Amino acid sequence: MQSPTAVLSARSVSVYYGSSLAVRQVSLDIPRGEIVAFIGPSGCGKSTILRCFNRMNDLVASARVEGQITYNDRDLYGPKVDAVAIRSRIGMVFQRPNPFPKSIYENIAFGARINGYRGNMDELVEGSLRRAALWDEVKDKLRDSGLALSGGQQQRLCIARAVAIQPEVILMDEPCSALDPISTLRIEELIKELSGDYTIVIVTHNMQQASRVSDRTAFFNAEATDAGSKVGYLVEYDRTERIFHEPAQEATRDYVTGRFG
Amino acid sequence: MLFNPQLERRYLWDNLFASATWIATGLAILVLLVLLADVLLDGSPRLSWQFITSLPSRKPELAGIAAALGGSIWLLVLTALIAFPIGVGAGLYLEEFSIESWWSRLIEINISNLAGVPSIIYGLLGLQVFARWMQPLTGGRSVLTGALTLALLVLPVIIVSTREALRTVPDGLRQAGFALGATRWQVVSAHVLPLALPGIMTGTILALSRAIGETAALITIGALTFVPFIPNNPTSPFTALPIQIYNWVSRPQQGFHVNAAAGIIILMVVLMMMNATAILLRNRFQKTLT
Repeated sequence: MQSPTAVLSARSVSVYYGSSLAVRQVSLDIPRGEIVAFIGPSGCGKSTILRCFNRMNDLVASARVEGQITYNDRDLYGPKVDAVAIRSRIGMVFQRPNPFPKSIYENIAFGARINGYRGNMDELVEGSLRRAALWDEVKDKLRDSGLALSGGQQQRLCIARAVAIQPEVILMDEPCSALDPISTLRIEELIKELSGDYTIVIVTHNMQQASRVSDRTAFFNAEATDAGSKVGYLVEYDRTERIFHEPAQEATRDYVTGRFG
Repeated sequence: MLFNPQLERRYLWDNLFASATWIATGLAILVLLVLLADVLLDGSPRLSWQFITSLPSRKPELAGIAAALGGSIWLLVLTALIAFPIGVGAGLYLEEFSIESWWSRLIEINISNLAGVPSIIYGLLGLQVFARWMQPLTGGRSVLTGALTLALLVLPVIIVSTREALRTVPDGLRQAGFALGATRWQVVSAHVLPLALPGIMTGTILALSRAIGETAALITIGALTFVPFIPNNPTSPFTALPIQIYNWVSRPQQGFHVNAAAGIIILMVVLMMMNATAILLRNRFQKTLT
């Protein structure tokens, strides 16, 4: 089950908010250099699991993670692991573009500076913006506010910001859900270009997006509990073409063919 | 006809209610205008450079506001120096650093309660703690004792407005910072505080404008009513604008009543300048977020 090239690996992971269970018993491996998509209906816990991978759930006081997650074979929640250090190795791009209300240059430089970057900052800013296919559009206005850009440009700036600190993994939490179709397409192209150098985990509501960009797809579903809340669980995890063309589970087939969700 | 829209009747109620709110607003403004006009009529003939720069005197035409104005400025600066760092620090702790627990909830409830305590109670506390117990440090009934007491009085207001300003900073910014491997202090100092600072300043200035009009607490801790000098150090005895005004009003001579009106004008000008600064800061704040 454990593949030798897994960067991140979840074993029987359950997440609680307070006393209520949000996701139960998720086990999956994220192979190095691949793009993995998490799909599923609302409330199925795909974002919750994603946020366990860079310990963003630590910031939610009531959240509790059970089970084991390993990052390069080390326990991610082990006593010697520092969440701040982890987050500079496992970057994140959010649902709504959230550039800092500072210059485009400063948006990139901040992460590098706090992580003790000692190279040439101008080169890093240019390289990161090029990597995010944004350089040509902003090279003449690096001192302008990041908020002056369009939504799609802002999201690419956020990707450039994540790339700038050279993480190993980039987690993307529905990065295109607030964008128009053309911006979405550009981000998807960008994600494909980044694969290989980075391991990418992307949560998406959009099944076409999952089938277009990802190598592997995990389908999550939710079921109602007696208490009236919903609990998410992993239904099926396989190569993307199998999930979309010959899924093993009936629920997966129903979902990817648009019968529910 | 299943529906009877009765548009005319609904509009009638609309207009009635609009008029009622208009009258309420108008009354409030009218009262303010009458007060302003009355004070200006009484006091403006007395306003002069001589009035601002003169010390108190037994003769109303020689008496001036200098000692009280100087005392109030001393109070204001010292109060700001004491209350701003403590208040902002406490607000930052409660909003950004503390973990939700019975302890933080207890602090929160107490702060809201403190905001509602009458100022005379703060005065009694200041009298015992700052003027008596800490006399070797504060010099007893000094301007420092007054500032410490006023700082206590305005702390809850500063804490609450700090927290409100911090809450207007979008959470996405904090998450963006954390996701890059920033520590909590790095997120707060680089992204949260710069955005919240104008809001915090606004709240602080409004809190200080409450302090400058405060009388009861200062009388309790023993601010003097006749001070023929401007304080030159924090342990000096002092008087303040509202106390000077109160003192003049209670004198029998008509000349002192005119002085009181002029003093009120000075106090009002100081207050308006502070509030104008607060509004300017708020406008700048709204511009940076868009």
